[in-house]
Amino acid sequence: MNRFLLPLAAFLVVVGFLAVGLTLNPRELPSPLVGKPAPAFSLPQLHDQAKVFSPNEMTGKVWLLNFWASWCGGCKEEHPVLLHLAQSGEVPIYGVDYKDTRDEALAWLQQHGNPYPLTAVDEAGRVGINYGVYGVPETYVIDKAGVIRYKQIGPLREDTLQAKILPLVRELQKQ
Amino acid sequence: MIPEIGHYALILALCVSVVLGTLPIYGAAVGNSMLMSVAKPAARGQFLLVLLAFCCLGYAFAVKDFSVLYVASTSNSQLPIQYRLAAIWGAHEGSLLLWVFILSIWMVAVSFLSTHLPEAMRARILAVMGLVSLGFLLFMLTVSNPFERLIPAAFDGRDLNPLLQDPGMVIHPPMLYMGYVGFSVAFAFAIAALLGGTLDATWARWSRPWTTVAWCFLTIGVAMGSGWAYYELGWGGWWFWDPVENASFMPWLAGTALIHSLAVTDKRGGFKAWSVLLAILAFSLSLLGTFLVRSGVLTSVHAFATDPKRGLFILVFLAVVIGGSLILYAWRAPRVGLGGGFSIVSREGMLLTNNVLLVAALGAVLLGTLYPLFLDALDLGKISVGPPYFDTVFVPLMTPAIFLMGIGPLAQWKKANLPELAMRLRWAFAVSAATALSLPFLIGKWTPLVSLGLMLAIWIVTTSVVGLRERLAHADGSSLMGRLAAVPRSYWGMLLAHCGVAVFIVGVTMVKGFEVEQDVRMNVGETSTVGGYTFRFDGVREVKGPNYIAAQGTFHVSQDGREVTVMYPEKRRYNVQNQTMTEAAIAPGLLRDLYVSLGEPVAGGAWSVRLYHKPFIDWIWGGCLIMALGGVLAISDRRYRLAWRRKEAAVPAATQMARQTVS
Amino acid sequence: MRWLLLFILLVPCLAGAEEARPLADNPQAEARLKHLAIELRCLVCQNQTLADSNAPLAEDLRREVREMIAKDMSDKDIIEFLVTRYGDFILYRPPLKATTTLLWVGPFVLLIAGATALVLALRRRQKKLTDVSLSEEERSRVAQLLSEGAKRL
Repeated sequence: MNRFLLPLAAFLVVVGFLAVGLTLNPRELPSPLVGKPAPAFSLPQLHDQAKVFSPNEMTGKVWLLNFWASWCGGCKEEHPVLLHLAQSGEVPIYGVDYKDTRDEALAWLQQHGNPYPLTAVDEAGRVGINYGVYGVPETYVIDKAGVIRYKQIGPLREDTLQAKILPLVRELQKQ
Repeated sequence: MIPEIGHYALILALCVSVVLGTLPIYGAAVGNSMLMSVAKPAARGQFLLVLLAFCCLGYAFAVKDFSVLYVASTSNSQLPIQYRLAAIWGAHEGSLLLWVFILSIWMVAVSFLSTHLPEAMRARILAVMGLVSLGFLLFMLTVSNPFERLIPAAFDGRDLNPLLQDPGMVIHPPMLYMGYVGFSVAFAFAIAALLGGTLDATWARWSRPWTTVAWCFLTIGVAMGSGWAYYELGWGGWWFWDPVENASFMPWLAGTALIHSLAVTDKRGGFKAWSVLLAILAFSLSLLGTFLVRSGVLTSVHAFATDPKRGLFILVFLAVVIGGSLILYAWRAPRVGLGGGFSIVSREGMLLTNNVLLVAALGAVLLGTLYPLFLDALDLGKISVGPPYFDTVFVPLMTPAIFLMGIGPLAQWKKANLPELAMRLRWAFAVSAATALSLPFLIGKWTPLVSLGLMLAIWIVTTSVVGLRERLAHADGSSLMGRLAAVPRSYWGMLLAHCGVAVFIVGVTMVKGFEVEQDVRMNVGETSTVGGYTFRFDGVREVKGPNYIAAQGTFHVSQDGREVTVMYPEKRRYNVQNQTMTEAAIAPGLLRDLYVSLGEPVAGGAWSVRLYHKPFIDWIWGGCLIMALGGVLAISDRRYRLAWRRKEAAVPAATQMARQTVS
Repeated sequence: MRWLLLFILLVPCLAGAEEARPLADNPQAEARLKHLAIELRCLVCQNQTLADSNAPLAEDLRREVREMIAKDMSDKDIIEFLVTRYGDFILYRPPLKATTTLLWVGPFVLLIAGATALVLALRRRQKKLTDVSLSEEERSRVAQLLSEGAKRL
């Protein structure tokens, strides 16, 4: 009798996994860089091409790094959330303009508002690859030691901000 | 108006399926003949209703009724008529209607061709199929209605995906579904046998032709899918172990195991419970495939637009149908008798070893397909499982199976003599090994895999010849023709199907071993030589299609100075969805395909072009076709034709049994 | 003399059409790229290799790999570069680790389990079934039925 129940048992295990699978997103790629130091770079700034921006300037502070582009629809979607966060002043958000043209990026910020103290320009997308960016927008939470603590894939929503990111930021700021 | 008629027909069909799925089963359980006799007319009625619904949807597509949401999202006024009709199954809702339509075709076929079955059995079989159709109809009417209206009507449709605007789209899905859904008949036979407790060799004999026909369709359907990907996708590949491809391949593996297992059950009455389990497995994999393609659980090029709500419905349906069958199996199977005895080394033993190997291969494909999901569900990270895994794992599992393919048909039933078998096969082995070791050197390159592939293919052919010779030697009749005629068609079918596998293996081996690809930058008038053929680029001109504009290149191909053919690859831009598509040019041949794919214009008026020489690639699909023909030949065997002609067995059952064991 | 000069100038044109140049500047490096790219996944596609995809990210990644090949990095180092940034997801050949042991070993375990189950099941059958030998009367009945059946064939 036992061995005749084996197929049923195996089947129920598979169904269990498939049911869980319905709640997952197979295309979302979590970052292997969480818990590792944020890759170094030195990129020209958007508003002042003579100056550069490098993450080691931010050591000692907790901050957000947001990859965006003027051609990206999701970036438009999350922009009000970023502006609101920038206004609250809780944590600074620095932008990286990914695979974009300067003029279009400047015009876009002009039109939609600028939440970033400054924006770096990654025209070739190399820094993006170093950060494991595969689609914009993507946002990283980086701590005082320069270690990536969280990666938000896709548009940053208010509920994720309140539930996950801000509590983490507050905890990191205490350290 | 017409779409509403179609919608109403589906609702009526649902009601009929409720009747069909319940009354006959109850009637069979209590022996009520009147209730059992509801099955045939209900099945036929359901067929007519679903046919009506299908025609209504077809009509909506034909007249370009964009007030139907489904038509508006998959069709367009510029779309040619054949693709407008093929668009019926171009997306999720319509393909479900196709599923139910094909299920009702099989149901009506069973209702007409099952007069030799006992009434209770027939009632149960049709009822089980009715229950399956109930699930699908309910699914359609609740969350996937193809007749949903779009108000206000769209001015024009969003068009069928350009990749699907191709003759392959017209035939591949129907063929594939005929196979998938066809296994529901084997499934229904198995459930009916479990319900009725009549699980014996006769059940296997009745099941075999239905299973083999479904298997033939599935073989052709999968082969067509592969052939279509080859010429449509533009990169020359023919199998990617993509989740949806695997979803169609797994039922095929189970079906192949089933037709071999049924042979044992039919001939020797053994392993009945295992055959039943395989029948349940084959259909379960069809349903699993339906789930995987539509639920969004796995990423695939072939997946329909996904919706977790739909996925949940199918999963619950899957759980109920398969869970229910497996509970029934666990309950009834232990009581099944054992049938005739046989030793481990015997034809039965080898057929069952074939089963073990096929199921292990099936398990490997299932494991590889679902493993990323397993890890993600357990929060153990995200991985990808692709062709490198499947190729590494599949070949070692199938190699012994193919080796057995040569020995099995020659082994005796009940108890085989290994040393004697080895003696009979020694020349076949020697010829295979010698040819396989030397042939690659003659062609130009020796690798272990090429040698192995060729050896397996030649082994199948040589052992088939040995088997046939022995068979002819023992047959009645003085002349060769007489003796050939005495060999039953089921034997020829088996030989043909096995040789089809050999042809397939030759195709795969030669293409993988000796294919040549070249990426070149060509200016007008320049040539490039690949695989002995010289391709001359003669410019690009603009060509207008019914709903696209193309840049068409002209290539003159010659070999040793003589012109062989002219090829016209295209780069098409479809008007509606504004999608660019590469339409490769293929010059097929018995011994090789030439494949030209137009890339992009590059600096200096030149174009990037990809040229391929693919030896023996058409043997891959030719082999599948031969396999399917073998199946058809096997079904046309006299015993099935006799069964169709006779209403009841006029000959005593014992004599019939005796006749079977002789052939 | 003039005619000779003209003839010499004309000969290359008469010799036949020019052989097309390979698309890549460095065919060997390109071959190495292809060899790597067919086992790497395009991250933004619906299941396609890095070699076959036309997506912008795929082109960027191919460019990165080309540069690494030009720097003479080994295959192992290039793969490690990509995995550090994107995880094992980018590999179509899953690496052998604790979490993938079941994947790689599973099919063969299944095979051995199946073969064992088959042998055990057959042995169990042998024990349960007793071979019944036919009596004289039954033997003659069999002979009669067989000849009867043969006549009807």
